[in-house]
Amino acid sequence: MTLPDPEQLLEHLYQQLKPRIQENTALVGIYTGGVWLMERLLKRLQTELGHDILFGKLDAAMYRDDYAQRGLKTSAHPAYIPFDINGKHIILIDDIFYTGRTTRAVMNELFDYGRPASVQLAALINRGGAQLPIRPDMVGADLPLQAHQSFDLAMNTLGRLSLSISESASPAKSGADDHA
Amino acid sequence: MHNPQLNAQGQLQHLLSIEGLPKRILTDILDTAENFVGVAEREVKKVPLLRGKTVCNIFFENSTRTRTTFEIAAKRLSADVLNLNVSTSSQSKGETILDTVNNLIAMHADMFVVRHQQSGAAHFIAQHVPPHISVINAGDGRHAHPTQGLLDVFTIRKYKPEMHNLRVAIVGDVLHSRVARSEIHALTTLGVPEIRVIAPRTLLPTDVEKLGVQVFHNMEQGLKDVDVVMMLRLQNERMSGALLPSSQEFFQTFGLTPERLALARPDAIVMHPGPMNRGVEIDSAVADGKQSVILPQVTYGIAVRMAVMAILGGGNAA
Repeated sequence: MTLPDPEQLLEHLYQQLKPRIQENTALVGIYTGGVWLMERLLKRLQTELGHDILFGKLDAAMYRDDYAQRGLKTSAHPAYIPFDINGKHIILIDDIFYTGRTTRAVMNELFDYGRPASVQLAALINRGGAQLPIRPDMVGADLPLQAHQSFDLAMNTLGRLSLSISESASPAKSGADDHA
Repeated sequence: MHNPQLNAQGQLQHLLSIEGLPKRILTDILDTAENFVGVAEREVKKVPLLRGKTVCNIFFENSTRTRTTFEIAAKRLSADVLNLNVSTSSQSKGETILDTVNNLIAMHADMFVVRHQQSGAAHFIAQHVPPHISVINAGDGRHAHPTQGLLDVFTIRKYKPEMHNLRVAIVGDVLHSRVARSEIHALTTLGVPEIRVIAPRTLLPTDVEKLGVQVFHNMEQGLKDVDVVMMLRLQNERMSGALLPSSQEFFQTFGLTPERLALARPDAIVMHPGPMNRGVEIDSAVADGKQSVILPQVTYGIAVRMAVMAILGGGNAA
């Protein structure tokens, strides 16, 4: 597969996101890639719209459904929700949408901070394979991938995104029950 | 050598003592605890990690404070908590430790938090439980109190992140203190270059230098230029014979007063594991002063205990 330029996907996502920003919208990035994207989108939105936008960051390590199998993720990041979530229109930002399990975990964590007015999901790529009734509301692109493959989004020191595909050595071990 | 605290994959299975734990495990616990600090500030002060699990606090020796912090930590992880004060129950009827533990296992307990007046009690229980059960030592005799040691280093790291550049003084009854031992092991493992103990000869173990500390018998010399002052409680209940003339005299010589604290670095922090004996080991002006981090220690203690339980309670399919 010829991989698209993630910068173009981000541009596409930005065009969908911009009209949805209201006065009480907050962007919440999902670690790690989603936080990079959130910060890029936020900066541009604030410049073009001319006002500050609330933002936060979540990891949801404490809400994942694979804790009983895999334990607590060691590289978890502290949650950062510096605003009152009640009544806000939350837009979650993730890099790769896969099973929907991460989104579920993040929503559970979000609701422990309060009751948002609405929650939407923006993902740079939907790779297919959802296992829950959850789908992104905005995507940069739909790019179906085999279960033993995964997208790797990277950001260089200049903040430029790059995309690659990695193949797992044993297809049986990867994939379907994975959070991604 | 097999470490009874680690499983075959080198992951934490029980927390019995900081001695012998590799740096990666200590760092992992402290980093995980960072994530739990914020939970207490949210609208819902709970995460679902230990939902459906049962944590048993088995206290063969009374300690309301330690038991309460473990109870809050377990409840914030959504566990069901059972508190057993064995000193006032079956043991007085002659039941052995293992009988007590086996009864709780038969009730499908998942984790034991054990406090005992004898050193090695938590180790003993850990050796006899099936592999799906974890044991946390909440203080055994004079031996260890690992979560207290961890919360102390967590607090130090919060206020003084450059651990490789610190001078730490531990003051008071080192002889009877399991906390001091756990603290020294944790600080050494995390790379603190200079650890001092300040105490009268009668309240120091004979081989204390072997722990890699500098010994002082004089507060004025020992506190000079330190970054952290860790006070210990005078353990009256553990003291036998005439180790001290009187607690008033102890305060005269080893009590932390504002004048003595002034010898430490101006930004030094003051810690105490509690409960404090005001006017015995610490002056109220210091305990309530702006350099005191004694109450933050309590708050961080919950996050650290949550981290330990969350690490122990999860799966380990690597």
